[in-house]
Amino acid sequence: MNSALVIIFLAAALALVIGVLARGGKKMTLEQWTVGGRGFGGLLVFLLTAGEIYTTFTFLGGSGWAYGRGAAAYYILAYGSLAYVTSYWLLPPIWRYARQERVISQPHFFARKYDSPTLGVLVAAVGVVALVPYLVLQFKGLGIIVSVASNGAISSTLAIWIGAAIITIYVTVSGVHGSAWTSTVKDFLILAVAMFLGIYFPLHYYGGYSEMFNAIEAAKPGFLAFKASGAGIGSMVWFQSTVLLTALGFYMWPHAFGALFTAKAEQTFRRNAIILPLYQLVLLFVFFCGFAAILKIPGLTGDDMDQSLFKLSIQTFDPWFVGVIGAAGVLTALVPGSMILIAASTLFANDFLRGLRPETSEETVARTARGLAPVIALVAIYFTLQGGQSIVSLLLMGYAFVTQFFPALLGSLMRNNPITKYGAFAGIVVGVAIVIWVTLTKSTLATIAPFLPDQLKDINPGFLALIVNVIVSGVVSLATRQAAATATVGGA
Amino acid sequence: MKSIRWLALLPPLAILFGSAFFNSVEPLVFGMPLVLAWLVIWVILTSAIMALIFAYDPANKGGDAGAKQ
Repeated sequence: MNSALVIIFLAAALALVIGVLARGGKKMTLEQWTVGGRGFGGLLVFLLTAGEIYTTFTFLGGSGWAYGRGAAAYYILAYGSLAYVTSYWLLPPIWRYARQERVISQPHFFARKYDSPTLGVLVAAVGVVALVPYLVLQFKGLGIIVSVASNGAISSTLAIWIGAAIITIYVTVSGVHGSAWTSTVKDFLILAVAMFLGIYFPLHYYGGYSEMFNAIEAAKPGFLAFKASGAGIGSMVWFQSTVLLTALGFYMWPHAFGALFTAKAEQTFRRNAIILPLYQLVLLFVFFCGFAAILKIPGLTGDDMDQSLFKLSIQTFDPWFVGVIGAAGVLTALVPGSMILIAASTLFANDFLRGLRPETSEETVARTARGLAPVIALVAIYFTLQGGQSIVSLLLMGYAFVTQFFPALLGSLMRNNPITKYGAFAGIVVGVAIVIWVTLTKSTLATIAPFLPDQLKDINPGFLALIVNVIVSGVVSLATRQAAATATVGGA
Repeated sequence: MKSIRWLALLPPLAILFGSAFFNSVEPLVFGMPLVLAWLVIWVILTSAIMALIFAYDPANKGGDAGAKQ
């Protein structure tokens, strides 16, 4: 075993110990386990929400897309800013309602708002489905780091199993407390590592940023600007529709929604809207790593593009430092991975199963949630080992699912909600059905409707599903409202 | 100063539509491709705009107490 691997495994072990200690003798009720007893201050909420942003997705996926897709990766830098602007007004009313009604989950929120347990069950089911690709990409990241660091001595399959086991153990033992504290360590490490690499690679290999970008422009002209319309991924319209889709979906993730409830005061969200956009600039350094690899590690195609940052690191540094980078990478997968696993198992036990059988007791739900964590991890391992998709594509798939909640959420926050529970239900079902169909058949608008102008063909299919969702929600709401009105008049 | 909140419309407009007007690699700005530099500038401006809105928002006058409107 080389020294890089030793450091990587020590980091994983440390994460496990911190996670287990963080429980600190507290009795684990379901609310304690999932939302930390609703007592986290600004810093921890900041770290928890940031912990979700700076995942393997950014570290390996962001650099991978910068390497393999060029300008398309810029969307990752752009959508967060729009999400934070929205968050200033969107999050406080959600938090207030959740506190007042003692809501602990996203489906619970929708069920209360629309007075429809069935809608809650639907939201839970869609949430679990959306979380699976998110968990898959964390496992995938773990696999890449450990197997590339060992020069293939540890297979990526084995690495995925080890990582999944660590995540499952500390989730089962400590719930959200484990994530919050490990998140602190991980954020510091990832920030330092990403910034260092983003500065070091361009200077070391090219002598400066301008030199690096000029070299890339000479080798691949136009790679770092958006493509002409009709080019699909990486074109201007693709960028616009993808930024909109992901910005609106940003807080629709069940775990991000759940993290909101951990705040002590609504002020936290407004203040975070100022700081978080800046925190996002870390991404820039991650992109620089991917860009630096374009000419230095050529030839990584398909989902191998995700290896660019780590392969370049191995080519550049001593094993001990590769170990530090690998440790940062492992933590960025473990921490969000544990959050996602908590969210998925709680959703399934508390919202899906209890939604179907409301008489289930609190203890049974808490026990089931813990018992489900390994099961969901196994499902994610299965999909991870199937392979084939890059990390960013996996996350975009998840986004296409969760953003379908946005119209119903927005409606529910209005004084007079224009959407009825039937409208919300129908909109989400149709939106999700389109996403599943597009994913399974690998369709794009270009294949569905070849007669459309090029600009329209570039629209992200998830965004198209959102538009259909809005139309269906509106039409069904109008119809059911009228039916209700007629029934009332008829009955009177 | 309620009108100051309308500033929040600038980042979405600049990022979604402004990018189309700056979509090129050259000239490099701050050593970065032009369109990337444009996005970076707007990420920073987003933070500044939200800080301004925060400072003038009466909802934030009551300290960290929370649910004041």
